[in-house]
Amino acid sequence: MAATLVATDLPRELTPGQRALRRLWRRRGAMVGLAVIVFFVAIALAAPWISPHDPLATSWSAVRKAPTAEHVFGTDEIGRDVLSRVIWGARASLLAGVISVTISLLVGVPVGLTAGYVGGWTDMLISRVTDAMLACPFLILAIALAAFLGPSLTNAMVAIGIAATPIFVRLTRAQVLAVKVEDYVEAARAVGNPPLRIALRHIFPNIVAPLIVQATLAIAAAIIAEASLSFLGLGQQPPAPSWGSMLNTAKNYVENAPWMAIWPGLSIFLLVLSFNLLGDGLRDALDPRHG
Amino acid sequence: MGSFLLKRLAAIVPTLFFVSVLIFGLQQLLPGDPAIAMAGEERDPNVIAYLRGKFHLDEPLPVRYGYWLRGALHGDLGESVRIQQPVTDLIVEKLPVTLELAGLAMAVALVIGISAGVAAAVWRDTRWDYVANVFALWGLSTPNFWLGILMILFFSVKLGWFPASGYVSPSENLGENLAGMVMPAFVLGNALAAVLMRHTRSAMLQVMASDYVRTARAKGLDEKVVILRHALRNALVPIITLTALQFGELLSGAVLTEQVFSIPGFGKLIVDAVFNRDYSVVQGVVLFTATVYIVLNLLADLAYFAVNPRMRG
Amino acid sequence: MKIAPRIRCLATALAFAALALPAAAQTLRVGLAEDPDVLDPTLARTFVGRIVFAAVCDKLVDIDENLKIVPQLATSWQWAPDNKSLTMKLRPNVTFHDGEKMDAEAVKFSIERHKTMPGSNRKGELAPVSSVDVVDPLTVRLNLSAPFAPLLAQLADRAGMIVSPKAAKAAGEKFGSNPVCAGPFKFVERVKQGRMVFERFPNYWNKDAIHFDRVVYLPIVDSTARLASLQSGQFDVIERTAPSDVPALKKDSRFHVLPIVEIGYQGIDINIGKSDRAKATPIGRDPRVREAFELSLDRQAIVQVAMDGEALPGNQWVAPTNSFYAKSVPIPKRDVAKAKALLQQAGVTKPSFTLMTATTSDAQRLAQVVQAMAQEAGFDVKIQSTEFSTSLDLADKGDYEAYILAWSGRADPDGNVYSHLVCKQPLDYSGFCNADFDKLVGEARVTADPAQRARLYEQAVQIEARERPIIYLFHRHWLWAYTSKLSGFAKVPDGLMRLQNLQLAK
Repeated sequence: MAATLVATDLPRELTPGQRALRRLWRRRGAMVGLAVIVFFVAIALAAPWISPHDPLATSWSAVRKAPTAEHVFGTDEIGRDVLSRVIWGARASLLAGVISVTISLLVGVPVGLTAGYVGGWTDMLISRVTDAMLACPFLILAIALAAFLGPSLTNAMVAIGIAATPIFVRLTRAQVLAVKVEDYVEAARAVGNPPLRIALRHIFPNIVAPLIVQATLAIAAAIIAEASLSFLGLGQQPPAPSWGSMLNTAKNYVENAPWMAIWPGLSIFLLVLSFNLLGDGLRDALDPRHG
Repeated sequence: MGSFLLKRLAAIVPTLFFVSVLIFGLQQLLPGDPAIAMAGEERDPNVIAYLRGKFHLDEPLPVRYGYWLRGALHGDLGESVRIQQPVTDLIVEKLPVTLELAGLAMAVALVIGISAGVAAAVWRDTRWDYVANVFALWGLSTPNFWLGILMILFFSVKLGWFPASGYVSPSENLGENLAGMVMPAFVLGNALAAVLMRHTRSAMLQVMASDYVRTARAKGLDEKVVILRHALRNALVPIITLTALQFGELLSGAVLTEQVFSIPGFGKLIVDAVFNRDYSVVQGVVLFTATVYIVLNLLADLAYFAVNPRMRG
Repeated sequence: MKIAPRIRCLATALAFAALALPAAAQTLRVGLAEDPDVLDPTLARTFVGRIVFAAVCDKLVDIDENLKIVPQLATSWQWAPDNKSLTMKLRPNVTFHDGEKMDAEAVKFSIERHKTMPGSNRKGELAPVSSVDVVDPLTVRLNLSAPFAPLLAQLADRAGMIVSPKAAKAAGEKFGSNPVCAGPFKFVERVKQGRMVFERFPNYWNKDAIHFDRVVYLPIVDSTARLASLQSGQFDVIERTAPSDVPALKKDSRFHVLPIVEIGYQGIDINIGKSDRAKATPIGRDPRVREAFELSLDRQAIVQVAMDGEALPGNQWVAPTNSFYAKSVPIPKRDVAKAKALLQQAGVTKPSFTLMTATTSDAQRLAQVVQAMAQEAGFDVKIQSTEFSTSLDLADKGDYEAYILAWSGRADPDGNVYSHLVCKQPLDYSGFCNADFDKLVGEARVTADPAQRARLYEQAVQIEARERPIIYLFHRHWLWAYTSKLSGFAKVPDGLMRLQNLQLAK
């Protein structure tokens, strides 16, 4: 009797998502980036346990001391341990990045979907307002918003989130416009599906890829934006640590206490670089034309 | 094509209107009374009253917007409360400075970005691709004010190669002007270089896979010629059009760069104005920037149209 | 032989003349910490503007290193016996930059301009001056509605700056774009770069004391960049060096740092009556809690940590080095035990309040040090960083509990206390309203005899020290840094650089 082929013997068909993941896995840069991000998230979560000192504990006798065994990264201008502040500061920077972009997504994507799908006057209005917001330099908008809300980390996140929203509105709208004319959407409409259902079940899944890419890159930009706002005095307020505000203070002491600036600066750099690498990798993985 | 152009031109006015309303409204929401902020240390009540009257600060919001709009339509963007100079004068004064900085930054970014992008596309997925990527990304990942301070400390104080700060007009001394612009242009252009690198890379990859290039290769042309003359030339147009859209980013970056290097341009003007509640200045500068940005957008779209027949009609 | 001595004399004269010949054009380049506002003495309102005015606008009188009034455009003055008028004799042969003569008419014009021009910031300073009389071309009399001791000190600042009537009338409001005064340098340009250029005025009355042909002021906000500019040789002088940069500069023999104790102060205003919010916190309600708070602070340590030692601890509105300082109210020493005892007495266990501060890193550093020290006595201080414009608004409304505030200071002690602590005055953010205090300070204002004034102020200080609407912390050092080649920098407590006698060696 001839052996019958069993289904498990056949090579399995991968879903597009799985194919994308495999492509991503192959990109070294993205994987390194992801690893670094995971590292920072880990230390941010584990801060209470791994931080050698209390990040808020001041010490008049240990002001601006160079790195020693006790203070591996040295101390800052009022005697606090820099390493502990860098560890705890990871929380603020990660939060700043993630929450701002979440706000942008939560507001921007639905608005963009609406504009792209509904069209007409709604689209025109939304597009004009979005264009208006995009025409203002991002940082200026963020500064004005942060000044309006008052200096604090939360308000900085909201300000950055709002200032970045138009980017997602525009991106979503463009993607929706491209996908709207595809056959499967026409088919869904012809069958009589309600618009909301079409938007969520048919359109949204097919535009998610570029949104993910943009979101990842936006997190990188948001972390830098928070540092910039802190540089101007509008971000995380003392004594709570954030890398951006640490840099703001450290800039006055670069010559006599460079360690105050090196470590937070390096951390921002590594974290932002990782998000950028990951975002690039995602873009290549999700869009085969680029890969 | 013509109708597209007309539609876009027509869209400019309502967009600008929205911009002006947005910024005006936002500023009025800012807590803090500009009259008090401007009145001087002694907070003389007479001076405060005078300033309130002069700048219509006691009138309701729509009325104040009306005053401003009427002035703007006549070319009068109001007066800076802080320096008591017309906003238009300030813009004319500071614009060339920021333009020069942005222009030089753009040049730096194009040089670094395009060469890195071409290298990354040609040697794709190899070590060089990775290195070029990281190099360009470095610019995007470092806060530019931070980079600026490090550069000042290294190149100005330790090495003495460039001046630490300030600005010399090119009409006065071109050499000093350029010397003072090297570091700020580099700092500002870094972030843009990364974006350009990516654009160049993807544009080049697209072009290199096209029939046009395949034909050139089939003709037996040297690879270098193929890349530089055929591929790059075609890739340049979308690159340039995308670059024009980055103007807004440049201005954002300029804000901090100008603070650190003390360059008296737009960025510094605007930050000071927001903090001092100098409404007219913020309003005027943002409106001006928005106009330029929108016009650039339009030009970029036109160029894109000219290149991409598929999008016409 | 008569010829030889004459030749020798001639030779000597020629030699001296050769030495006196001006060297190649000397420019003094100054780095400022901020961009000055409008350069019109009537409208100006910033400290940094006064630095620039020192080059271009001379005043009726000036103050010296000991805060004594010395002649400048006026050579002598005399109070009337009832102290209600001041007669001043003016220096002859002084001209303005436009060639016009500086005389009593010009002085009258300038003072009236300060008093009447819309938007003038000098109205309050010259409020008691009711009229100005021209007695003769070189004598002017200021008539007062009531005796006003601080008048001469006011005339040593912008209120005493005399402008050319011809230029002021022609320019009106726009005078600030091209100021024409009687100072050592005349305005050349202020344009484009934010920098201001002035060139030597050849007919300056004190031209022998001026050793530069040009002065250039350039604002550089970032203190690191400003310092770097000094170190790289771009500037000859910079103002407001960061305290943390001082040790490195001191070690460098190419530069010199001059600390000048300011005539102002840095302190904490406490809302004790400006609004209902005063009653919301124990520190606003109860003077014992305020005393406990003061006792928890170690001013010397604060100065050391927050200011790198570049400040003088103080507890009154004038510095301990000032002649009006009340020696009977010395700086209290830190006493945490007593602070805790007072809190117990007042029946407060964990007093908490919000400390409003500016967003600059200096202000935040200070706030954090205060917070940490007060915590040891049991205070829970919450730091509220507020943007400057917003904080002014809040303070004005009384919507705050405690506020770290600095005052740039005035030469006369009245300028440091009247507006700040007399009931309902514009700068009385704390809402302090004490009738006895007001009477004492008001009387000190109209008393001419310095010894009598000192006694009145002493009593006022005693009241303030008891009630503590403001807790004075220290008096900062104005830190001027300059190349060692510069000499002749006068150490005047108002912190301004004067160009007379300033010299740059080759």
